[in-house]
Amino acid sequence: MDFVFTDEQRMIAETAQAFFTENATSERTRAAMAADGIDHALWQAFCQELGLSGIGIPESVGGAGLGLVELAIIAEAAGAQVAALPLLGSLALVAQAIAAGGSDEQRTAWLPALLTGETIAAHITATDLAADGNRISASSAFVAHGSAAQLFLVSGASGSWMVRADAPGVTVTAQTTMDQTRPYARVTVTGAEGEPLADGKAGTQAATNAALIVLAAEGLGLAQAALDRTVAYSRDRVQFGRAVGSFQAYKHRLADMMVEIEQARSAVYWAACAVDEGADDAQLAVHAAKSFAADTAFRCASDMIQLHGGIGFTWDHDAHLFFKRARALQTMMGNGDWHREQIAAMVLGETA
Amino acid sequence: MKLGFSAAEEEFRAECADWLTAQMSGEFADIKGITTLTEKAERRKEWEQHLGAHGWGCIGWPKAWGGRDASLAQQVIFAEEYARAGVPGRVNHIGIELAGPTLLTLGTEEQKRRFLPDIAAGKTIFCQGFSEPNAGSDLASVRTKARLEGGEWVVDGQKIWTSLAHISDWIFVVARSEEGSKGPKGLTFLMMELDQPGIDIRPIRQINGDAEFNETFFDGARCREDSLIGAVGDGWRVAMTLLSFERGVSTLGQQMAFRNELDAIIAAAKANGASTDPLIRQRIAKAEIGLRLMRYGALRMLSNTDHASVDGAALTYKIQWASWRRSLGELAMDVLGQAGEVTDHDGYEWPMLPNLFLYSRADTIYGGTNQIQRNLIAERGLGLPREPRGEA
Repeated sequence: MDFVFTDEQRMIAETAQAFFTENATSERTRAAMAADGIDHALWQAFCQELGLSGIGIPESVGGAGLGLVELAIIAEAAGAQVAALPLLGSLALVAQAIAAGGSDEQRTAWLPALLTGETIAAHITATDLAADGNRISASSAFVAHGSAAQLFLVSGASGSWMVRADAPGVTVTAQTTMDQTRPYARVTVTGAEGEPLADGKAGTQAATNAALIVLAAEGLGLAQAALDRTVAYSRDRVQFGRAVGSFQAYKHRLADMMVEIEQARSAVYWAACAVDEGADDAQLAVHAAKSFAADTAFRCASDMIQLHGGIGFTWDHDAHLFFKRARALQTMMGNGDWHREQIAAMVLGETA
Repeated sequence: MKLGFSAAEEEFRAECADWLTAQMSGEFADIKGITTLTEKAERRKEWEQHLGAHGWGCIGWPKAWGGRDASLAQQVIFAEEYARAGVPGRVNHIGIELAGPTLLTLGTEEQKRRFLPDIAAGKTIFCQGFSEPNAGSDLASVRTKARLEGGEWVVDGQKIWTSLAHISDWIFVVARSEEGSKGPKGLTFLMMELDQPGIDIRPIRQINGDAEFNETFFDGARCREDSLIGAVGDGWRVAMTLLSFERGVSTLGQQMAFRNELDAIIAAAKANGASTDPLIRQRIAKAEIGLRLMRYGALRMLSNTDHASVDGAALTYKIQWASWRRSLGELAMDVLGQAGEVTDHDGYEWPMLPNLFLYSRADTIYGGTNQIQRNLIAERGLGLPREPRGEA
């Protein structure tokens, strides 16, 4: 039992933080927001130069090994900059699903291009999935980074299929999305050819855990950055002859942010560790981390706007990037109430 | 980063659980499940001695002073098993968790020999004399005076909120030893025996009807000249060192007591049907999440032994658990409904959950109010400007 980062984990954190702080600048993110929501040059650099894209994927299938703790460290650093990257779709969802549920051939065929960034993938959770042999029909209005994807992993009750975005029968329509760093597309698949994942269930389970932890870790990084930026502003901004950060009403709100963030930090790394170690309470931990960290992100981003005053409401200030991403984190893959309801059922002894 | 325990540690867990469970179903079955600090005080003191006699009184202390040199993981395990077995809270918490570690850190060899063996054996129960009627949040403004006279310290003044003073043997006191000094300067930290003519202890009845706290009056109270820890005038630093131990491993035992409280709420909700209410279910889930996050926050805090940077988990811990538990009390009452507002006891005494509701209002006040905590977090954790101060 030792609940602190190892030296290696600390090094990964420092590397990732330095990389995103230097490269995922507001200017570059805003350029991506005006296009398809991905800073493609940044994604290439992340995958190829930094070499962190294989983290959380076993070395035996071409990844860098390590686990969800390290993946969370990266997502936390990316979230702190609200980076416009397909980390969630390409790595946490699709690569994790293929690594856990794909056959050897499928891993060899698909993983390398995902890890080098050559292929961008998005995940479609479809309630209307129908398979006629390997002819797939499904639709979703909320496919994150769907317009930029060359590959879709379509998952439903009956399994998971890989479908190429350029396959006949696939139509993709970009949606103007509140969070422009991770815009949704409407994707309709009508009798398109798909390749079934060898073990869809295992793939979905691994992808769901990884993605929920990535969302939670992004929320943690975002919340901490919202606090740090607001603290910096509160030292510089003077009203009534004092730094606004010296007023107790303002200070206490910042303190409350820190209280929530420290809990979110415990939640994220507890969940990541619990899944990595196969702990009995891993599912409870993942539900707790997602709901708590996303709510913390939203609260801190909201406070960031309020505590910046008028400037925080302007398009030019980055506060709205934080606010909109935080909102999306709350609703993606089940809102807080849904995750808490799962926990309630567990602790009330209603689950099998 | 690793959460799991080793096979040897799990063996230790079994050893703890076996011993504690055996005591609670045998010789000390009569105190099992007590949740207040005041009930059956004499038996609880016997329990302290029993723990000491079997080497379980202060396992984190060095072997030389009656401990076991237990690792952090072992201390975590013992604290968890202690509460899991339904063992009531330690009436010598102050001695084991605060006075002892302070003596180990700042005491002379002679002082260690004088106090530590008896604390470890459960024979010396300590209480804490810090707060005064006019020194609450502003602890440094204490007025209780100490002067040297004929080779003894003579103390005059008043302390308040001295938890369990009425069943304690010794008190440590922060007193002003330098005439005319102000704030944290000129204070001295003294250890005093309570059973003497110069000390008068009067219970304070609380909103739950119980009297855990006291007023403690000093009127020419005396102690030996060598009963001070640290130097004359250095009492503030000693007091702050002592308070830093408040966030030790004992917090995990406290959490296990919280676990028992939440479990009681869950059982009550299932029994009376409140568990089908979607809003109650959300609040139960939030309480469960909060409790788990407290555990992992504490493990982060305890694992962070190099203290390289500001420890956010440690700085936010007090307000986190206090606010959580106050909400837990409200959840308990909302689960119970009006049934929670009446008691079957003859006097003004409350079952566990209504008592939790009442008692937890103190949690966000003692040990630094939530408002003081926010000041500390903002100033120490975020580097914001300090509160302006008036004339002392």
